[in-house]
Amino acid sequence: MTHSLALEITGLHKAYGDHPVLRGIDLTAPTGSVVALLGPNGAGKTTMVNVASTLIRPDSGTVRVLGHDVVREPERVREQIGMTGQYSALDALFTGRENLRLMADLVHLPKAEGRARMGELLERFDLVDAADRPASTYSGGMKRRLDVAMTLIARPRLIFLDEPTTGLDPRSRRTVWDLIREQVADGVTVFLTTQYLDEADTLADAIAVLDGGRIVASGTATELKRLVPGGRLEVRLGSDGDVTAAAASLGPDATVDADALTVSVPYDGEVAQVRSLLARLDGTDVTTFAVHTPDLDDVFLALTGHTTTENHEPQEALR
Amino acid sequence: MSTTTASTSRATSGSSLALAVRDSVTMSRRSIHRLIRYPALTVTVLGMPLIFLLLFVFVFGETMGAGIGGAGGGRAEYLHYVVPGVLVMALAGVATSTAISVAMDMTEGIIARFKTMPVARVSVLTGHVVGAVLQSVFVFVTILALAVLLGYRTDVTATGVVTVTVLVLATSLALTWLSVLLGIRAKTVETASNTPMILVLLPFLSSGFVPTESLPIGLAWFAEHQPFTPLMEALRSGLNGTAAGSDLWVALGWCLVAGLASYVGAKRAYDRDPTTS
Repeated sequence: MTHSLALEITGLHKAYGDHPVLRGIDLTAPTGSVVALLGPNGAGKTTMVNVASTLIRPDSGTVRVLGHDVVREPERVREQIGMTGQYSALDALFTGRENLRLMADLVHLPKAEGRARMGELLERFDLVDAADRPASTYSGGMKRRLDVAMTLIARPRLIFLDEPTTGLDPRSRRTVWDLIREQVADGVTVFLTTQYLDEADTLADAIAVLDGGRIVASGTATELKRLVPGGRLEVRLGSDGDVTAAAASLGPDATVDADALTVSVPYDGEVAQVRSLLARLDGTDVTTFAVHTPDLDDVFLALTGHTTTENHEPQEALR
Repeated sequence: MSTTTASTSRATSGSSLALAVRDSVTMSRRSIHRLIRYPALTVTVLGMPLIFLLLFVFVFGETMGAGIGGAGGGRAEYLHYVVPGVLVMALAGVATSTAISVAMDMTEGIIARFKTMPVARVSVLTGHVVGAVLQSVFVFVTILALAVLLGYRTDVTATGVVTVTVLVLATSLALTWLSVLLGIRAKTVETASNTPMILVLLPFLSSGFVPTESLPIGLAWFAEHQPFTPLMEALRSGLNGTAAGSDLWVALGWCLVAGLASYVGAKRAYDRDPTTS
């Protein structure tokens, strides 16, 4: 039985005590797509994943996974999903192979099939050499790969990845991205949460921006970028005096960042505007010049009034 | 509508029992595997009763023995008296370590993974219980063997062996479910390691180390009515090859009540939405 929607969330509310975490979420993920839930820490991303993966119950609203209601038919849902939480969900005392075997046993794969699947995943996730070492000796990137491999043993139709690359070095991130893409090529639906805009931008077919328990915008990366009109032309200047002078000659449209010694103006994409800008700055000490096309960071700022990094940096520093 | 529901639920309950057994076997293998992979835990659990055994026999033994066996009593008499007490304390010690390993499991992501898989829910807990009961039997046999090395001798009878086996299994099952409950409900691993300490202390306030008659009146009343005393006395009778009488039934009754209540509580605590607590 195929459903056109792998995930269908309507009017979802969830509160922890008096503290509302999700305040009326509507969201869908078409089968075979990658949907990214983008938002800062504390936005409610993990809560949403936990509700959709049957870990916690919604206060109100409905969540259907491949046609099954998470509250009424949790077992049917669990048969079709795979979940990789934010923190590594493996047995650190076990080796990589033993962890995979545990999963194969728990999903009742026949012995031979289980062994074949394990070999295939160890190979694909580049864990063959480390397969017989305890997982406690693995690096962060290896743990994450094993984690995702464990999720995939049962060939789930929908996988949840809660911040799959948080804390990983750039190379491991890229590896995890490639692994996610491979899954999608196999027809798996992926629902991932992230606080990284580039991650959502690279992987997702559709992005939902979550802030304060509400979806504040959704669409493709291109559609979201369209919400922020145009780009910006930015010049960096040699001194404070030059900044004042440049701001004066560029008029009321100019945005000044005195600390960074930069002045920027909205950009419509025409070459003429670049020429005229530089002409108007003739005589001021312009050190560098940049053209910014809007990225998701701009979208996030425009939508929520704060950037994605504001909320999570202190915590990142603690790690 | 109602007939459909009934037949579906029957169909799934039949297969869900098979599923629960199968998953419990897998989870039990996991627990046993963990115990083997991490022997330090079992060594710690063996260490405490061993130290108490040596302490009671070689440090307090001579004096305590005189108190128990009358004028002729000494170290050998006290060894004979104290072994059941140390054995029960050893079982309680295993319960403490079970609570810790359950709490550790709960704080790690792997439980969330199990909960989102089509795995029989109770299997995670039964896995821990099977592992802990095996650990209990291992610790019990080892401490008993060490006591024999120190000169502990009894009249072994068939009834005695059966009594002791039943008591060890019933006690460790009850204590383990209780510690699983404490382990799940503990907010942190530290709490999980502190709360079950009471299980290790309670045997001291029983007939395990001194006869209850020698205690001050209030304490004697408590000692005579707390579950560890009938357990201790039944175990003593079993080991000595004498009839355990009503102590056995009272002890098994306590095990049944505590075990069942803990099982129900643990299952409920495990199933509960973590956000509503």
